[in-house]
Amino acid sequence: MTEIPKEEYLFKCTSACAGCSSSLVLRYVLKAAGPDTVLVMPACCTSVIQGIYPNTAMNVPVYNVAFAAAAACASGMSAAFRAEKKTTNVIVYAGDGGTVDIGIQALSGAFERRTDFLYICYDNEAYGNTGMQRSGATPTGARTTTTPGGKTDTKKDIDRIVEAHDPPYMATACSAYPQDLFKKVTKALSICGPKFIHILAPCPPGWRYPTEQTVEMGKLAVKTGMWVLFEREHGKVTINGPSKAAMIKPHPVEEYLGPQGRFKGISQDSVNALVSLARKNAKRLSLEEEGVC
Amino acid sequence: MLTIATGNKAVAAAVKQVSPEVIAAYPITPQTEIVEQIAEYVTNGELKSQYIPVESEHSAMAACIGASIAGVRTFTATSSHGLLYMHEMVNWAAGGRLPIVMANVNRALGPGWNIWAEHTDSMQERDTGWLQVYVSTVQEAYDTTLMAFRIAEHHDVLLPVMVNLDGFSLSHINQSLETIDIGDFIPPLNLPHAIDVKNPRGYGPLTGPEDYFRFRWDIERSMRDSVKVIESTEKEFSRRFGRSYGFTDNYHCEDADVVVVSMGTLGKEAEVAIDLLRKEGVRAGSMRLRWLRPFPKLDLKGRDVVVIDRDYSFGYGGVLAEAVRSKCGAEPYSVIAGLGGQEVTYDDIAGFVRGRRPGEESWFGVTPDV
Amino acid sequence: MYEIRIHSRGGQGGVTAAKLLALAAFRDHKYATAFPFYGAERRGAPVVSFVRIDASPIRVYSQIKKPDLVVVLDNSIMDVVDVLHGLKTGGKVLLNGTLPHDMKGFQTLSVDLTSIALRLNLVVAGSPILNTPVIGALAKMGIVSRESAKLAISEMFSDDRNVKAAEAAYQELKI
Repeated sequence: MTEIPKEEYLFKCTSACAGCSSSLVLRYVLKAAGPDTVLVMPACCTSVIQGIYPNTAMNVPVYNVAFAAAAACASGMSAAFRAEKKTTNVIVYAGDGGTVDIGIQALSGAFERRTDFLYICYDNEAYGNTGMQRSGATPTGARTTTTPGGKTDTKKDIDRIVEAHDPPYMATACSAYPQDLFKKVTKALSICGPKFIHILAPCPPGWRYPTEQTVEMGKLAVKTGMWVLFEREHGKVTINGPSKAAMIKPHPVEEYLGPQGRFKGISQDSVNALVSLARKNAKRLSLEEEGVC
Repeated sequence: MLTIATGNKAVAAAVKQVSPEVIAAYPITPQTEIVEQIAEYVTNGELKSQYIPVESEHSAMAACIGASIAGVRTFTATSSHGLLYMHEMVNWAAGGRLPIVMANVNRALGPGWNIWAEHTDSMQERDTGWLQVYVSTVQEAYDTTLMAFRIAEHHDVLLPVMVNLDGFSLSHINQSLETIDIGDFIPPLNLPHAIDVKNPRGYGPLTGPEDYFRFRWDIERSMRDSVKVIESTEKEFSRRFGRSYGFTDNYHCEDADVVVVSMGTLGKEAEVAIDLLRKEGVRAGSMRLRWLRPFPKLDLKGRDVVVIDRDYSFGYGGVLAEAVRSKCGAEPYSVIAGLGGQEVTYDDIAGFVRGRRPGEESWFGVTPDV
Repeated sequence: MYEIRIHSRGGQGGVTAAKLLALAAFRDHKYATAFPFYGAERRGAPVVSFVRIDASPIRVYSQIKKPDLVVVLDNSIMDVVDVLHGLKTGGKVLLNGTLPHDMKGFQTLSVDLTSIALRLNLVVAGSPILNTPVIGALAKMGIVSRESAKLAISEMFSDDRNVKAAEAAYQELKI
């Protein structure tokens, strides 16, 4: 059992929705990162969670930046700190829209240039801050306010896009597994270069499930195999425990999709598409882990 | 059909009427309701548009440009940083002589993040060659969006039009709305320079110093010609549908000793201030400027002018005040008010008039005795 | 002009209540505007909405400073927000359910909107629907007519339990 420090960097009075996964995630990220940390934040739910002037909810410096600019801003900031021989953690904390859509150019550039920083994408699979419009990370079949009939396109696979940049460390995580997340952030920050952690962050108002089921929803995502927990360290893949179990005996996908209002009325074709995509990705990771590429 | 609606919903309803073939948009507060309503219309078949949910605002305008030069009607909406992010392409749309219509929900610029009403966003686009109009009621937002397409697509214009509405104050307020059946008020788009593979041409290639300036003059000439097109379109609209607008919305200006010049919802709030002042014996009037580009002739000679700028050009002054000063021969009392959604009530506006100091600039909330 | 301020929590439908009220007033052939004060709206956080009703066109856009009526959809808001702030002398308060609160001498009416909603199983995402029954209460107070209240609710909601909830509130509110 990992020893999680008691020190809190995220204060209690933040204006997050009840049952918000992002708050949960950020709490553990900051515990792992410690005080020698700067968060670079593009427009996202957390821009609001940080509170309104003159208050801030975080006990580390937070630099708010325009939507498309986070990774580029982090590039500059990291270069500056290293030039001054500072070891300060530079962490981009961005939502899925700001990562896979408008932020992708800067993300790609920062990774291609081997910027020494950690990019965290907390993924609630839509533009949450503006009221749940579809993003590139919205899965097939999901209803959002701009896909009222269910999204017809697939979820952009940002993990494979980041993988193509050969980062020294990348991982997926889930808000329902905070210990696992804590370990991954700690490991990432011990490595020099560009790191990426993609965290599933179930969202009660957006996904339309009761707020008290947030942790359960995250667990179901993993147990059904719809979200795979894995790490890739210097190119070597490790699939984490709960996902290994899910590969052997996955829970029926209906257990995950059923309780979510955003999947209400989803066609069987879309369900099959979601499942087959998830299984394909899991299989590929599995083969990569075995060394059979 | 008589109902109530928000400014955003009114814009979406107007877009449904004109039925653009392609709509490309990206969400940003406080515009998102426009985009969501349009997506709903498309999903339930009320609007037969190709809706492209682009990955950024720069791409939204780029997609509109692509659709427009292919010869179809197109629309997008944005606000604040979204508008700024598309700035390069906003210029491209005007230079490309494309009749794109865009709704901009006026919002302040960060840092710090501020989601409330301010005009600096669209003011920063005033040099681009876009026509710009500012509306103050839900009905006006609907009517003006309709007219914008006809104006933009007129062969004497062929320039894009930006319809501006105040963030939250107008975008999110519910007021009465009469939707209309436009019939043939807006003729089908016939873009003379649309792409035609049977008549292939190069668009916007490298253009040397001996030629480039002529294209810039072309834009300005069309901007000047647009004045007559705006007038005739609004006149025709009034004849058919019973509502008149104009370059300015004047309230008690004919015999006024002092005129308050402003844009957007402040222009309506100002009318209430005028009523108050008139009761006190002050012959005040309100001139709400609607069309910022092309900038009209304003009848301000011989009166005191109080200009309210919901914007600022750092190191220079309020943009409207500057325009009034240089274009109308007036020495206005420039008041900078309403930035970032700062509350400005009719009492405040009456106070600006009572305390006016011609030729000076005051920042509401900063300068003492504004 | 009659000015109403509605206090609720994000997700309870206070913003929609304002729109419903404006629509009902509009169907009474009056002019009406309704708008929220948008902070960063988060589910559970206090939200304020404004409604103006008048016989002539409303040109005021600034927030209501001196309401004639304050409506509170969630009484727990009164622990964190001074809902009586600016209420005109002689102004009224409408509460959801009774709570022992010092109402500073303002005439206070109350009706249990929550139990009406729960009785009719008018619940969405775990929250009872309060915005349709409250319109019934406001009709009883004479802010809008009963017919227009029903009309507005039917225009916005197809589920007829909403009209039933408004009727129940109309009956149960004691003036």
